[in-house]
Amino acid sequence: MREFKILLVLVFFTLLIYWGVEPYAHSKMHHKPKPADFKFSDLQAINYKGDPAKGKTTFMNAGCVGCHGVKSAGLPAPMTKEAAAASFGVAPPDLSDAGLIYDTKFLKNFILNPSHAFLNAKKFNANKPFPMPQFFGVGEDKNKEVSDIVAFLKSVAPKELNDKETFEAACGRCHTVKYDKWTPLGDTPKFKTKTEKLAFDLKVSKYQDHLKKYMGAMPPDLSMMIRSKGREELEIFIDNPQKLLKGTSMPRVGLTKESTEKVINYLESVGDRKKAERETLIPKIIGFLIIFTLFAYLWKSKLWREVH
Amino acid sequence: MAEIRKAESLYDWFDQRLAIGKLNKVLATEYWVPKNINFLWAMGVILMTTFGMLFISGLFLLMYYKPDTHMAFDSVNYTIMQEVAYGWLWRHMHAVAASVVFLVIYIHMFVAIYYGSYKRGREMIWISGMLLFMLFSAAGFSGYMLPWGQMSYWAAQVITNIFGAIPFIGPDLVVWIRGNYFVSDPTLTRFFMLHVLLLPLVIMATIGLHFYSLRIPHVNNQEGEEIDFDEEAKKYKEGKKKESKVIPFWPVFMSKDLFVVGVFLIFYFYLVGFHYEFAMDPINFVPANYMKTPTHIYPEWYFLWSYEILRGFFFPIAGLKPFTLGLIGFAIANGVFLILPWLDRSPVVAPAHKRGAFKIWFWLMLIDMIGLTIFGKVPPNHVYFVGGNDITPWFGFTFTIGFFILLFIALPLITRSERKRAGGAK
Repeated sequence: MREFKILLVLVFFTLLIYWGVEPYAHSKMHHKPKPADFKFSDLQAINYKGDPAKGKTTFMNAGCVGCHGVKSAGLPAPMTKEAAAASFGVAPPDLSDAGLIYDTKFLKNFILNPSHAFLNAKKFNANKPFPMPQFFGVGEDKNKEVSDIVAFLKSVAPKELNDKETFEAACGRCHTVKYDKWTPLGDTPKFKTKTEKLAFDLKVSKYQDHLKKYMGAMPPDLSMMIRSKGREELEIFIDNPQKLLKGTSMPRVGLTKESTEKVINYLESVGDRKKAERETLIPKIIGFLIIFTLFAYLWKSKLWREVH
Repeated sequence: MAEIRKAESLYDWFDQRLAIGKLNKVLATEYWVPKNINFLWAMGVILMTTFGMLFISGLFLLMYYKPDTHMAFDSVNYTIMQEVAYGWLWRHMHAVAASVVFLVIYIHMFVAIYYGSYKRGREMIWISGMLLFMLFSAAGFSGYMLPWGQMSYWAAQVITNIFGAIPFIGPDLVVWIRGNYFVSDPTLTRFFMLHVLLLPLVIMATIGLHFYSLRIPHVNNQEGEEIDFDEEAKKYKEGKKKESKVIPFWPVFMSKDLFVVGVFLIFYFYLVGFHYEFAMDPINFVPANYMKTPTHIYPEWYFLWSYEILRGFFFPIAGLKPFTLGLIGFAIANGVFLILPWLDRSPVVAPAHKRGAFKIWFWLMLIDMIGLTIFGKVPPNHVYFVGGNDITPWFGFTFTIGFFILLFIALPLITRSERKRAGGAK
């Protein structure tokens, strides 16, 4: 009975210290951010249904193809990624997947006023304008026209993307993931010669120089991001970077909840790829230890009966 | 030379040459431990187990770790955590054991204080134990640098900077410790040397000293009773096991310890697999970047109480700057427990609940150190306000002053009056 009381005292003080230095102290360091807002409540609702065929025409007429490729609709990128980065700071994305991974409401608002939807407008001004211009319409109701464009993008988007493809489309133009050999120019290929490797590294390096200038700082490598931020924080951050890192030049990209989860799954598969092994092995070790402890208790009882 | 006969068995062969039978008696089967103890007496064996796990997991990590600022982070987080089979297990075990070992050390320490096991001939047990605590602290600090994450880097930067405040030699000393003007590659490699070679060696030697120091005064018991170990051992060997006040280390004492170790390991492996963030700070999964200071820099939880004393002073006293005061306080706090046996002026060896005012002192001391620990992590300013005034620094200050009053004023006074009463009773 006395031992049990001692144990309770021990557990109490251990938990008190744990509570104090972990949840309590951390709550005083960072204010808990509001949960992710996948409804993008700050943006205006544009409730037109949109016509994909009209949207394609508008897309061509508005000059989108001057910068963007849409491979799934047979429209190749007008420039190489390296050349595009030299002109714009970062390669404009191919829009094949945009209709799937980005929120519809966000896309419409984004086309109308990109840096407003990105929430990094402060980084841009008259001398340094955001590379994608606002959409002022091509003659009709511009809200209706963006709805058509978005309907077109949705009509050419694939039904589904896997975790890595989602990551590539949404984050891969700025971020590296070196533990998965990802660069902003794609997966690092196998090289036959050192010259090939150097040539590739040089291309990546040049691309990153433009990127760094454009963003103001090099976007970090994301290999271990899952362990430094964790799933919950990543969800809030991706949904709205300004909530956790005020003033960051990382844009809100407008991913849907499903796509955000896919991006996080990918980061977990890279940064914590032994998670499944950990979660199956440790219970087995604990199971063994429970048996060990039971036998130890029986042995102890037997020996101590002789001395008490 | 001893007479060597033809050996009857392998055991006999060794026994004739190494006296393993006698050794076994001295170290285990006739090494006597009091019977009147509770599970808190198992902390020593738990510490040995944890140190063993740290040592073994450390060996495996050492096979792949690269002590180079360009490779350290990736060798830990990619090679060890992802590429090497079960590398993650060794790393998690090592990191969690390094944190949990301090919890057990603190329990071990406070048990010794509670039962008065640091005086009346047991001073060397206490002192060697405190030396182990300091060595483990050094090992913890040097090891924390090795993954070369943001917290590794900035904790090293802040802590090595402390030495800069030492008069005259400070600034040179900092450069000497770092091997450069700032924490960088030479700092990493020398802390690597300390962590994997010098400190483990000295720790093992000191563990030997700690065990040896138990030989003469023997292990204390729950009531602080003075036991005639020879007499009680004789009874035990005569078969009066129930009557004897002692038990042999092996198998009786260890049978209980193994059970307690089992319970501890269940808790430990739960932490290793499912609750490791407290020991593996998320911020340390961001590679070290000397251009980017993290918003909050804090040491691991087991250093927080002394860290809070370091930053507890925030206004000048007697013409001394707050930082100087903090530094003096920090230096004293890290050494004060070595002289605990002499701050306690009473010869009474008994559990705190039988020592009147000492009991209150014990719990206040514990609460004060927990207070220091918690406020050591809470930011030092702008957290608590009363009527628009920032009262945050007063918490750390109060607990810091409380710490010194308890140790340097309250303890000697309480124990001196206890000595007088005990003297009168005799």
